[in-house]
Amino acid sequence: MVVNCEKVWKEISNYIEGDVDTGLRAAMDDHFRTCKKCTSVLQGTRNVIQLYSDERMIEVPAGFGRRLERRLVQGARVRRRAWSSWSAWLVPVAALALIAGGLRWANSLTVAHPLRSEHAQASRNIPPDMPVVVTEGAKEFHVAGCEFIHNKDKVRTLTAKEAIREGYVPCVRCMRKYLQTASIPFTFEALEASSGGTIGVEEWVHGQ
Amino acid sequence: MAELNIVLTNPEQGSTREQQLIAQVQRGQTEFFYELVRPYERRVYAAALAILRNETDAEDVAQEAMLKALANIRQFRAESRFSTWLIQITVNEALMRRRRERTRMTEAIEDNRDEEGEYTPRDFADWREIPSEALERKEVRQKLAEALASLDRKYREVFVLRDMEQLNIQETAEALGISVASVKTRLLRARLMLRDLLAGGWERGWFSRLPFEKGTKPW
Repeated sequence: MVVNCEKVWKEISNYIEGDVDTGLRAAMDDHFRTCKKCTSVLQGTRNVIQLYSDERMIEVPAGFGRRLERRLVQGARVRRRAWSSWSAWLVPVAALALIAGGLRWANSLTVAHPLRSEHAQASRNIPPDMPVVVTEGAKEFHVAGCEFIHNKDKVRTLTAKEAIREGYVPCVRCMRKYLQTASIPFTFEALEASSGGTIGVEEWVHGQ
Repeated sequence: MAELNIVLTNPEQGSTREQQLIAQVQRGQTEFFYELVRPYERRVYAAALAILRNETDAEDVAQEAMLKALANIRQFRAESRFSTWLIQITVNEALMRRRRERTRMTEAIEDNRDEEGEYTPRDFADWREIPSEALERKEVRQKLAEALASLDRKYREVFVLRDMEQLNIQETAEALGISVASVKTRLLRARLMLRDLLAGGWERGWFSRLPFEKGTKPW
């Protein structure tokens, strides 16, 4: 195969890429041996590629790396926060799921009365042996003498633990000081922290 | 004839430190991300600049692209080069930015067709080897940058991705959303045009070892 200058110029880029078949490559090599012009074009093209491929050809604005690093550190922090708040979510969700499961299981075994209100769990900070009073037909248990007791002549005295086990919930007026922390998410940590002077609702339900 | 091995070899292949860093970031240790991308920050910027031609936009897009890479690091697969993956994200981000800007500014649509017919070299000045220290001179880098900037967008983009960013032909085609044949045609033109633009510089002594080598003393 014989190639002319025009053909060489058309294929010179592919030749440099190694993207020509052996026949064409041999023909071009022959051509370069005799044609000064084409050899000059080949050499020049290679020089162009070599010059521009040099890292020094890339000039970045002053402070580019520093600004990039700052933005990436910020971005990484946001991502980490997003991830940790997501994983922080998982703990109380898992805890609640376990407790809910535990409660259902406990109810089926031991509790005669179902919890009268879902707010019953808010009473976890009340000292379990504290004497409280309840009346039939009401949902709340109270400190004796609370002005919000209905049917004061039919009160029954028992411990807070027993009242809760029967499904009563604390009166929000007289039990207020125990309920102030009720908005804290219900987590294992909260349960563990409350296992000193007071006990968690799960233990109350199971009885001791 | 010797092939152009310098350009075609893959410098970061088998770089175990890089693989370690990738694994760490993929596990959520995002504090290692900057160390991972630092070797490529200049190339990422150059890719964005080739497409946007505006330093402020290029820097912003480079940062955005890196953040996108961080967000999607778990999708990176070891079969591809990390640098290529990073450059492709950057090109994509830059093209999106340009499209947005263009719709906003209703700029005239640039001709994206490939030229018919062959390119004829104009200058046959005899270039020999170019000393690499030529690039130490700001004046030389300036001339090269000006020559590149004078190319039409379609040639400049292909040339930057293939010859400066060292994506292969296929990767360049994918990044720009054009055919492999188009990449080859544009690359040939870009290389030959740059050669013509710079050939005169050889005779004017840009690339000689010292500017006063030919007896012209600077003092």
